[in-house]
Amino acid sequence: MGAWKQDGAAGAANDDAVNRASGATKRRWLLALAACLPLGVAGFAPATAQDTAGGTTNVQISAEGKQVYEEICQACHMADAKGGGGAGAVIPALAGNAKLADKDYPITLLLKGRGGMPWFTEILTPEQMAAVVNYVRGHFNDYHDIVTVADVKRVATGPAPKRDCLNACGQ
Amino acid sequence: MISDLSPQTRRDLLTMIGRAGGGLAMYQAMTALGHAAETQFSGPPALSGARAGASVLVLGAGLAGMLAAYELTKAGYKVQVLEYQDRPGGRNYSVRGGDKIVEVGGATQNVAYQPGNYLNPGPWRIPHHHRTLLHYCKAFGVELEPFIQLNHNAMVHRKDAFGGKPQRYKELAVDFTGHVSELLGKSLNAGALDSTVSKEDKEKLIAALREWGALDGDLKFTSNLNVSSRRGYDRAPGGGVNGAPTPSKINGLSDVLSSHVWTQMSFYFNYVMQTTMFQPKGGMDMIGKGFYKQIAKLVRLNTKVTSIKQDDKGVAATWTDTVTGKTGVATADYMVCTLPATILAQLDIQVSDAKKAAIKAIPYSGQVKIGLEMKSRFWEEKYSIYGGHSFTDQAIGLISYPNYDFFKDKPAVLLGAFANGAGGYMLAGMTPEKRIEAALAQGSVFHPEEYRREFMNGASVAWSRMPWILGCCGMWTEESRATHYQNLVSMDGRIVLAGEHASYYGCWMEGALLSSLDAITRLHQRALAA
Repeated sequence: MGAWKQDGAAGAANDDAVNRASGATKRRWLLALAACLPLGVAGFAPATAQDTAGGTTNVQISAEGKQVYEEICQACHMADAKGGGGAGAVIPALAGNAKLADKDYPITLLLKGRGGMPWFTEILTPEQMAAVVNYVRGHFNDYHDIVTVADVKRVATGPAPKRDCLNACGQ
Repeated sequence: MISDLSPQTRRDLLTMIGRAGGGLAMYQAMTALGHAAETQFSGPPALSGARAGASVLVLGAGLAGMLAAYELTKAGYKVQVLEYQDRPGGRNYSVRGGDKIVEVGGATQNVAYQPGNYLNPGPWRIPHHHRTLLHYCKAFGVELEPFIQLNHNAMVHRKDAFGGKPQRYKELAVDFTGHVSELLGKSLNAGALDSTVSKEDKEKLIAALREWGALDGDLKFTSNLNVSSRRGYDRAPGGGVNGAPTPSKINGLSDVLSSHVWTQMSFYFNYVMQTTMFQPKGGMDMIGKGFYKQIAKLVRLNTKVTSIKQDDKGVAATWTDTVTGKTGVATADYMVCTLPATILAQLDIQVSDAKKAAIKAIPYSGQVKIGLEMKSRFWEEKYSIYGGHSFTDQAIGLISYPNYDFFKDKPAVLLGAFANGAGGYMLAGMTPEKRIEAALAQGSVFHPEEYRREFMNGASVAWSRMPWILGCCGMWTEESRATHYQNLVSMDGRIVLAGEHASYYGCWMEGALLSSLDAITRLHQRALAA
């Protein structure tokens, strides 16, 4: 069972169930996701509550793929999705990236992280992950098969990574 | 004979125990002396007797690399350090007027701060128990001053609490403690806890709640002068005819809960966040400069490492000078590599597959700090806030007031954002100009009249866009520790890694130094055994 299947339902039917989830179900979901606070409002993506240096920020992230890209992904991959770097390493370009042909690849990266990229289960919902993967694959590349929340949940096996934060993570 | 073996000082004693019984015995002895629990540092390493001509190549002139160079040189090694940037220090970094910040993608900021003002984009506060760092600061003459960590008069803001109006920390913290005390007192008096609390403890607890929560004779938390003596008055005590104070009005339980003030209260309980904390006078990079002074002649700046090789005779790093384009190969018997995992993961490096896998298993957090230069210290003059932090649930996370130049009539740099998580990504993804605008818009909740009016200029550092590191700090999980940590820190042939990422003190300068001391101690043992 994936980390996000704790409310017992499974498969595609559950995707919509999550979108329409009652407060209690949504709460379980969010707790399963990242100990987020249950702040979801119908029709809006839930705000992300995160521990930070001495408080919790409560920052609204869009539900829409392009917006999610601009609010989160371009911090590293840049607005043109071309990445970049200097000291002998680069943040990979997402534009024209053949690895994205496999839709499970970007999903796995968002769920588990890879190399210097952290996981995003504490920041993005499955809906936001699916939306942004569709945007990146369709807009910066030419892959137009649709990624669904069911895909995200299918790939989400095992518990979501949790940062080992013994010393306030240096904040 | 006997006197030769008698320890002269506590350190002599510990060294003796350490030699006789190994690390564990020493640790136990130190604990018994009431010294060890707070740190694994037991003084600088007494490395000596390097083999004649033995050499070490150090990659990276951050704190881990410079400490390795310093101690290995003292032990008798011939050391060379290669550094990619045009300055030493790595993340031990301060931004000042005249500096240029160039990001991935080319966005460039020309910092316009007045002389003497600075932003510490990376580390900015030093716990009193980070003894390794404090030791070397003292040894290298780096002057430290207090870092104001807890300021009761700073503010707490949440968008959905108190109609979005920030509240003073002291008012919220006193009200939270008072309400919780009253509720617990009620439960105790109603006998709700009689099955778990003895009669004797119940009496003590009620007395404690009355004092701790500033409750009245009926165990109620109310607006009165006693409570005001903690949270502040409506009319402060004065002298003479109108000297009598009037009490302030406490906030209701629901309002206090909506502020989430417990997150700040518990933050200050963190061991690494407890007072007393320090900062170097003149900027955090005074530490890096202090180290650099000791070893400057060993360091080659502007030197980009392009590959790392080793065989049974030694190590070699190929490099390119980023200014002249000149290339070369640096060789030595051993290597201490302190390059961040983000960079190392993409370098051609000759180590075991297990170590390569470990290097690739460390993602980096992204953080953003923004320093706003203001014409005046209005937070002091008008708000009586001298240092410390005002917290918000907006992307900026907090604003923090400068801990130096109090009361001066001149511009000051205020920390306008310390953003992590989603807020950090949001700010990092913006252009430098938009970051400043966001910081002004969000920070204005605390000082609405003055914030934009007094603003002069600003600079930001988005760690994910710093070309030399592409992130802020290594992140571990319980699983990655179990699978990869030992593989990361193990000595691999002639190469050992060091840095905050190779420690259980991630993201702290102390972790970088402890990691470095451990790495060079093992390197030295290996070199002597070879």
